[in-house]
Amino acid sequence: MLSRLVLVSGHILKNSGSFGACLVQASRSFHQSSQSRAPVPPLPEKGGKVRHGIFPEELFTLLYPKTGVTGPYMLGTGLLLYMLSKEIYVINHETFAAASIGVVIIYGVKKFGPSVAAFSGIVSADKFDVAQEVKDQAMASLAQGIEDEKKEQWRVEGRCMLFDAKRNNVAMLLETNYRERLHMVTNEVKKRLDYQVELQNLHRRMEQEHMVNWVEQSVIKSITPQQVQGIWSLH
Amino acid sequence: MADKPGMVEWDMHMALAQKRLMDVKLGQLSSWLGTRDFTPNGLLGSVRGGYERYFNKYINVKKGGIGGVAMFLAGYVALSYIWEYDHIKHDRWRKYH
Repeated sequence: MLSRLVLVSGHILKNSGSFGACLVQASRSFHQSSQSRAPVPPLPEKGGKVRHGIFPEELFTLLYPKTGVTGPYMLGTGLLLYMLSKEIYVINHETFAAASIGVVIIYGVKKFGPSVAAFSGIVSADKFDVAQEVKDQAMASLAQGIEDEKKEQWRVEGRCMLFDAKRNNVAMLLETNYRERLHMVTNEVKKRLDYQVELQNLHRRMEQEHMVNWVEQSVIKSITPQQVQGIWSLH
Repeated sequence: MADKPGMVEWDMHMALAQKRLMDVKLGQLSSWLGTRDFTPNGLLGSVRGGYERYFNKYINVKKGGIGGVAMFLAGYVALSYIWEYDHIKHDRWRKYH
């Protein structure tokens, strides 16, 4: 699947480096049975050493203590001659085809290898830059998120002062309302009492006037005509 | 006691199971093979492990060479030759070797 994709494209490009990396990261987390939260180690710089393109260096290292430097080559020659002589490897038309193809492949690799490697190095460097930029942006936005969260926490601390101020406001409103109503009550009661006082004053005045009138009337009535004559004769 | 020798054998069994093939001595090879897991799941796991080791060593690197792919293709060529050998046998130049 993914690996074959990488291999096929790796056949074309010499460096199948980090553009497979993101695919591999995904496949790594699928294949490991225990998920560890440690950061993924960076890709190694160079792969395992291979001599002549197809023989891993481990073979040479294995045989070096016993047979020295030429050991593996002797082994290879011996095996080849054995296979040829016993015709375990049969020379037929396919051998010629394989030889031609091998020559072409080796010539191609030797000639175009470095340029393809340089090109794929540029491609993978671009991809690496893009990935790095994404990572940097993500980190920046997360750091910004942390800053905002801290700011919100600082704001929450000021909540107590806010509530105190609000509580003071409400108390003041209640107080004002209470005093207003007190004033109103006082005014109304005073008005009613003033009314009663005026009413009593009115009563007394009316009684007084009535009495005065009555007394006048009775005095005037009691002035007889002879008294009137008496007063006129005085003149 | 009765299970004391059993415990010792079990420890040796476990120690052998942890070793890699290259560290196993020749005499212990058969017992080492006994510790390996030959269930289908186990075989699948060992195939996957081998593939991952090869992939991470030769292909999943920053500057890979021709070696990773070339070894794979050479192995494929060799394997297909072995599978076709019964047919290629008829192209042999001599009857007796």
